[in-house]
Order: sequence, then structure tokens, then C-alpha cells
Amino acid sequence: MTMFQLEFMQRALIAGLLTGLSAPAIGTYLVQRRLSLMGDGIGHIAITGVALGLLTGSAPVLTAIIVSIAGATAIELVRARGKATGDVALALLFYGGIAGGVLLIGLAGQGAATLNTYLFGSLTTVSQSDLYVVVGLAVAVLVVAIGLGPQLFAVCQDEEFARTTGLRVQLLNLVIAVMAAVTVTVAMRTVGLLLVSALMVVPVATAQQVTRSFRSTFITACVIGVLACLAGIVTSYNANVAPGATIVVLALAGFVVAATVGTLLRRRAGRARPLADEEPEVGVPAPEPHVVSAGHPHAHSQACGHKKVEHGDHVDYVHDGHLHAAHGDHWDEH
Amino acid sequence: MTSENDSARAVQVDDLSVDLGGRLVLRGIDLRIRQGEVVAVLGTNGSGKSTLIKTVVGLLPAARGEVRLFGTPVPRFREWRRVGYVPQRITAAGGVPATVYEVVSSGLLSKRRMFAPLGAAGKQAIEDALEVVDMADRRKDAVAELSGGQQQRVLIARALVSDPELLILDEPTAGVDLASQQIFADAIRERVAGGTTVVMVSHDLGPMDALIDRSVVMRRGRIVYDGPPHASQTHAHVHHSHTDDDPGWLTS
Repeated sequence: MTMFQLEFMQRALIAGLLTGLSAPAIGTYLVQRRLSLMGDGIGHIAITGVALGLLTGSAPVLTAIIVSIAGATAIELVRARGKATGDVALALLFYGGIAGGVLLIGLAGQGAATLNTYLFGSLTTVSQSDLYVVVGLAVAVLVVAIGLGPQLFAVCQDEEFARTTGLRVQLLNLVIAVMAAVTVTVAMRTVGLLLVSALMVVPVATAQQVTRSFRSTFITACVIGVLACLAGIVTSYNANVAPGATIVVLALAGFVVAATVGTLLRRRAGRARPLADEEPEVGVPAPEPHVVSAGHPHAHSQACGHKKVEHGDHVDYVHDGHLHAAHGDHWDEH
Repeated sequence: MTSENDSARAVQVDDLSVDLGGRLVLRGIDLRIRQGEVVAVLGTNGSGKSTLIKTVVGLLPAARGEVRLFGTPVPRFREWRRVGYVPQRITAAGGVPATVYEVVSSGLLSKRRMFAPLGAAGKQAIEDALEVVDMADRRKDAVAELSGGQQQRVLIARALVSDPELLILDEPTAGVDLASQQIFADAIRERVAGGTTVVMVSHDLGPMDALIDRSVVMRRGRIVYDGPPHASQTHAHVHHSHTDDDPGWLTS
């Protein structure tokens, strides 16, 4: 019997496929907004959510999603209201999330082993009901990330301009935060909460080594995410190691390869194309029309008694309350 | 004041004061801009001219007074497709590469419905806007790889693509090479000929100088001059004369 016939492996691979698609999809928007670490912050908050589920005996996936959406919304509101900068808001939630999680797990009487499956992912723990939730959430994230692509792109690219096109920027920012929270929960079972952010950021960083457009970065990142997830899950089964770490190490290896290839490609393109300042200057207008004034009887000099003021590459002379500077055979106001 | 007058005004600012972090940056500004006018807002750094522009497009709230666009107070204004805004900073590049075409296409969002693909008319509008700023051959290039002047041209195209009736530009010529300045002076001349109202903030108008038919000078959050443009504001280069019949301050 091969591993693909094992039911838990089938579930893990489906979850991996969806994680590989949705994490880089939302990650592209986060990276574009320069909020790469937001996934990490939400991942830490989700730990508290999981612990809450274990403590109360309800499904950890459900409590994780509720708590992480609440946390993501809090990050966004704190950031938007300007109460703290984005990174400080993230840091606060990092600490609160992980401390709360460890505390609650202790109260629930569960050991480090249970927590580990959520922190670093586990192939065998994806249950049938988990899978339904994961599929539903991942599809929702993908529909929003692709369908609202132009709007989300504009908001992440230039928030002020987006507002002047009449977009509801705050609502869209909130949509991004909630989607990030949902993705964290989706990815929790395969990559684990501590490494989920890597799957949002590393494929995007890898893709942009070789891409020029937002669209191609988005698509390439999703392809890389899927390949890393599926290869990571298979490797993790064969080598009997945690899937999260395997997926992330594979993704990072991909980044190193892409960065090397990208550098070589750019170097080649740079040789082929002329430098910007070698391009001919077209349509440069002639200098301003230059009217020479009639009769300035006095020639300023070092010894003329008018006050001298250094002005860039020349000297201005103070004369009746204005400044004179030599210009050819006449004097200019400066 | 009749409602007919209201709608003929593209921008109407009444007794506007704006407070930034506890400091009054604008104090009691009154300004009316009719449709079709080309107005330059001039002043030194810190005079409040950028704050005025940002308040006009609704990016900053008014502490007192109000701004109306086409007769509607800005907080209730919904017809953003009539307005094209070019922000001051070079914000063309984000954390992920984006092409010239993609950035320009985001200018169409005021006309696009959510979840709807870009139609043929939209694609044509993008091509036209790229043509106007002479960037059509760079449409697939990443904006981050362009020079400052070229990036600014992309931002102008993004504002022009929705065919706005009111074009608001914040320092469009700052740090832009002369070739690019000439290109968008031409682009704006074309718009003005078509009846577009233009409001631009600048401390150096460059080739745009000839287009202006009114200038507003700001100092310390107040308007200190509002009227026809005169040479001492727009020419950095004024000659001095000692002959009696020539006051010497203005050259043409």
C-alpha cells in the first residue's frame, strides 16, 4: 500500500494543497503592504484560540478561527487609529497570544505533545471534520483574494490614492486582516502556527526574484506554495519528521535558488540594456527667456562695500534690500 | 447663492481650518474654483498648501468649515470618478513588484464594480492614458525600475485614466526631469483644452507655468494672494534694473 492510499495522507495532501494556495495568495497582499510579519502575529494569537478549544472541549479549529479573527481585527484597528505603529501592535499580540496559549494549555492539563502538533503541524491529526472546515475556509479566502484583486491591490499599493477613488479602504483593510486570520487557521494543521507566516512570505519573496508584475508574482507564489506543501508532506511522511519544518525548509531552499537565478538574469539584462542616463534626452526645453536689464551702473566686487552672501557656487551682494549675483555681463536678482 | 452657481463650482472651500496633531495648519481658508479654471497653489514648505489639497480630496478631516466638490460636501461626496488625484510622494512602488499597466489600471477603480473584470473600454482607457504620458512602451516594466520622473508620469496616467473633470496634483514637478515635466505639461494642456479643471500645488511650476490662469499663494496656513499669476512667483530668475521707468522687479 502506497502512502497515497492512506486516508490520513489523502486528507493531509488536500489540506496541504489548499494551504499552499491560500497562504501565498493572502501573503502577496501582506508583503505588498509591508506587513510581512502580520501572519506571525496572528499565528501566535491562534495559539490562545487552540488552547481555549482544548480547555473547553470544543473543536480547536473553531476557537482558533474566532480568536485569530478577533486578534487580527484588533491589530488592524490599533494600526488604523494610530494608537501604536503596526510593528508595536504586532509585538503586543505576539506576547499576549503565546503567553495566553501556554497558560490555558497548562490549565487544560494537556502536555507539550498536544501543543506541538498545532505549533509545527502534524499529518495524522487532520480529521474528516477538520478537512471540511479547511476546504470551506480556503475556498472563501481564494475567492476574495482573486475576486477583489484589483481593489485589494490598490489599497495595498497606495492607500491614499485608493481612498480618492471612493474605495472603502478601512473595510478592505479589515478584509485583508480577517483573510490572514482565516488562512492561519487553514494552515495550522499542516504547517503549524509558528511557521505559518513563512508560507505566506517565503513563496512571495521567491516569486519576486524573477517576476515584474503583481499578477505574475501572485500566481508564481501560489505555485511555489503548492509545490513546497505537497513535497514537504511527502518528505515528512517518508522521513518521519514534522511537516511544517520540512515545508518551510523546502520553500527556503527554493528562495535561495530563485535569488541566485534572479541575480544572474538581472546581471545579464543589465549588460544588454543601456543605463538610464545613456538614453538620449528628448524634448529638453531651452532655458527660460533671458531679459538683460538696461543699466546697472555699479559693478559689485570683493571690495565694493555691499554685504556678501555665499549662495551655492557664487556670491550674492546685498543691494537696496535685494540680492545681486553676477551673470555674464549683467546682474541678476537672487 | 443659487444651486446653479454651486454646480458650476468644481471646488468650494468655506472658512476651512485644519488641525494636525493639535497644530492649526490651515486657518480660515476661503477658495472657490470654477469649472475649467487652472489654478496653481503656491507657497513655501510648511505654508499649508499640501494640507489644503489633502483636505480637498478628503484625506484629512476639516476641524472647522467645509469643502464641497461639485456642490457636495466632501464627507458625503460619492462621485469620485469625476476627480483625478496625483499624490505628492513617489508611491508608485510597493513591497511586491507591479507593472506600469497594473498601477495605471488601479485608477479605474472608481468606475469598476467589485468582482467585475476589466472591460474593453477600460483597457482602451489605460492604453490612451499610457500614450498621453509617453509610457506605452514601458507598460510591462516594473514601476520600481523606472526613474523618479517616469514614476511620476505613471501616477499622472493613473489619475487621467478615469477621464476626470477635476484634476488635483500635489507637487507634480518635484524631483522630475525636464523631459518628463514637458511631457505632462503637454498632457495637462490637452486636458485643459477639453474643459478639465486643474488644481496643482507646486513651488516650481517649470513648463506648466504657461497653463496657469490663476494663482493662490499661501503663507502660514492662510491665503495671502489670490489672482492672476504674476512673474515674480513663477520665475526664479528676475532681473534688477536701475532705470527709473522700469521698476525692475518684473520681467516678462
